Order: sequence, then structure tokens, then C-alpha cells
Amino acid sequence: MDFKLKIWRQKSAAVKGRFETYKVSGITGGTSFLEMLDVLNEELIAKGEEPVAFDHDCREGICGTCSLYINGRPHGPDDRVCTCQLFMRRFKDGDTIIIEPFRARPFPVLRDLVVDRSSFDKIIQAGGFISASTGNAPDANAIPIPKRNADKAFDAAACIGCGACVAACKNASAMLFVSAKVSHFALLPQGKVEARERVQKMVAKMDELGFGNCTNTYACEAECPKGISVENIARMNREFLSAKLVTDK
Amino acid sequence: MALAGLFLITFLFVHLGINLLLLVDDGGELFNRAAHFMASNPLIQLFQWVLFAGFIIHMIYGIILQVQNWLARPSRYKVEGYSHLSPFSKFMIHTAAIILLFLVIHLVNFFFKAKFGHIGEVNYEGMVLEDMGGLVRAQFQETGLVVFYIFALIILAFHLHHGFQSAFQSMGWNHSRYTPFVKILSTLIAILVPLGFIAIPICIYFNLA
Repeated sequence: MDFKLKIWRQKSAAVKGRFETYKVSGITGGTSFLEMLDVLNEELIAKGEEPVAFDHDCREGICGTCSLYINGRPHGPDDRVCTCQLFMRRFKDGDTIIIEPFRARPFPVLRDLVVDRSSFDKIIQAGGFISASTGNAPDANAIPIPKRNADKAFDAAACIGCGACVAACKNASAMLFVSAKVSHFALLPQGKVEARERVQKMVAKMDELGFGNCTNTYACEAECPKGISVENIARMNREFLSAKLVTDK
Repeated sequence: MALAGLFLITFLFVHLGINLLLLVDDGGELFNRAAHFMASNPLIQLFQWVLFAGFIIHMIYGIILQVQNWLARPSRYKVEGYSHLSPFSKFMIHTAAIILLFLVIHLVNFFFKAKFGHIGEVNYEGMVLEDMGGLVRAQFQETGLVVFYIFALIILAFHLHHGFQSAFQSMGWNHSRYTPFVKILSTLIAILVPLGFIAIPICIYFNLA
């Protein structure tokens, strides 16, 4: 298959970027989207041109490193997959594919399609952890946890922090990410101890970094490669309000 | 934002309840008596300020949140959000602007006229009341105004459709037992409340009441 690619090129955060058009040909349906970009880059290097910079790591949908805003959707047209799990058979021969970086004020473009997502790390550093010393792995079932809570916490913990929720949100809000992290801890007894403090710190950091506000449009849930539910956002709002109303201090 | 919004929805119900009295076939007496009660009862006069505060808080918060949201994405996408989302939720600030314009026109047409202007009077068994019903009937003879009212109320329907259920999510009131019901209720409120309001200018314009 042949494709026309319109790719955002930007030398660095300091300079302005623009779209460049490229052509790739002879791509098979079983080629992943990232491999297709690898093919393009090989050609560019052979021609002595600068290859397109894009984020990638595990290429099996678990690390959350790959990004890309493809034809108006983070991680492209398929639901519940990362860009690395998107295959070219999803497109038609001769298609024009527009590839942009994730866009949000807290996600500045570093180069081409690579954005700095360390804002997410800063939110985690603000409280997305349990400060008790963990020691060795505890015995299974040493602390009884209701199956339903364990399941919900596990679903929330499936968030890989890729930032598709921010990229998809019309407000560039990070509420789905933050709420997944808050929920993951708040649902489990080990995390409950610091739950009130955690939610306030993480929300404050999120606001400070300049993410937008949640207006409940739910594009985040639709685009999340791990299917994180907006139910987590409601839980975080609940946790936040009760933390603001009741305090132990 | 959410609480102020829900509070304003309760006001809509009170307002609609009184307005529907216009459709009672008694020459507007019941409506005029209700309007007089609303304009003279000291508790309601006091609560009127709470209502104004509700509008102001809802507007100010709405504007602050929207500005923050715009600032959160300084460079826009070439291909705008394709993600499947409710069309109503995307245009809350735009529907809000139209509703605000409607509110100003509406207050000038009725509220300020009744408060500061002169309107006709009617006499019910020795009790002289302002003829609010007569004012409403006179206003709704104008085609342009009736069309604008219907348009603004349809816009209000869009605003309510997203707003009501969204407020529950924002407050964290989410439960598998009642959230589906809240969503249905949101649609029902969005259809029935504006429809009730729309019925009044239509009935008056076409001489049905």
C-alpha cells in the first residue's frame, strides 16, 4: 500500500514547526504504524535528510511511551490500542494520514512528534505513591480486600500514563489520568491512609501545571488505550470534596 | 459551578410552574395573583438575591473555567477532535452566551418593567394588582420576540441536557444504581422544561389561551 503522510516537523521547542508531506510505498497491511514510520525514516536517512523524531519503547502496548495524534485521534483510528498496536491494514491504499504531536500547554513539543510528558511524573511525585516502607512482598491475602475493590483498583492501575486522555480532551484536561492514579490507591487499604492528602496534592499539582478543567465530555474515556472509565473522575471528585470538607488536621 | 447550575435548575421549575398558570382560562387572574405574591412576599424578595448570586457564581465560574481550558491548549490541532462525544457538551460556553443574551432581553421585557416601569392594573374584588398577565400577552403578539424566545429555549434545552447529568459527575455523585437514571432524567428535564416554557408564547401568539 502507498500512503501520503503529512507530518508535523519542528526542530526544537524554541522554533516554529510546520507540516511536511512525505510519501511511503510498498507498505504491507501487517506493518505497524511505528514500523511504517521506521520505513520512512530509513528512506530519509538514505537521502541524507533528518529522520522524523517520535516516541516509542516497548512496542507492545504496555509502556505508554508511543503517542501521535493520527487523523484527529490519539493513537489513531482504532479503539483501545496504542499507536504501536495500530496496523496499516486499518488504512486504505492511497490514504492521506495527518500525524501531529499530542498538544497541550503542559506537553511542550521537544522535536517533531516528541512531546515532554514529564508533567505526569510531577503529578505522581506530588502524591501518587504510598510512603510507608514496603519491605518484602507481603503474603497474599494478609490484608483482606473485597474482590470488587481489588478489581476496580486493578482497572484504574491499568493506566499506562500515555497522555491520550489529555490529547483527546478539548480542554487538555488530565483528569482521567490523575483520577486513575487517585482511585488505584484510594480503593485499597494501603492507599487509604494517605488518601485525603494525596488527592489534594495531586489535584493542586495538576492545576499548577496548567492542564484544563474537566467538562465531562468523556473524549478521554473514548480514546484511552486501556479503557479507563470516567467513573474514576467521579470518584476523584468525591475524594477531593470530602478531603476539602473533612480534615484530620 | 455544578451546585450553582443545579440550583438554577430548581429555579426553572418554580418559574415554569408559575408561568403555566397563564394557560389557565381565567383571564390571567391566577397568574397575576401568583406574580403579585412573588413580587411582594418578603421571603421571596430575600431569596431573589440568592438567585442573582446563583447566576453570577455560575457565570463567573463558567468563564474562568473556559478561559483556563482555552489556555491549556495554546496551539491547536490541524484535525480537530474526532473523538465520539456528545455534541451538547462541546458548546456549553456558546449556548451559555445565547442564554445570557436571552436573560438580559427577558429581564428588560418583564422583570425591569414590573419593578421600575408602569404596567396596567387589574381589580380583583377590590384588590388592585399589576396586570403581569396582560403584559405577557401583549409582548407575545410580536412575531420576532416569539421566534427568539423559542430559539433561546431550544438552546437552553441543549445546555440542560449536558448540564444536569454533568453536575452529578462533577460532584462525584456516581453510582451504578442511580447514574443511568440521572442521565435519563437529564434528557427528560432538557425536553420537558423548555417545552413547557415554549408552550406559553406559542399558545398566546396563536390565541390558544
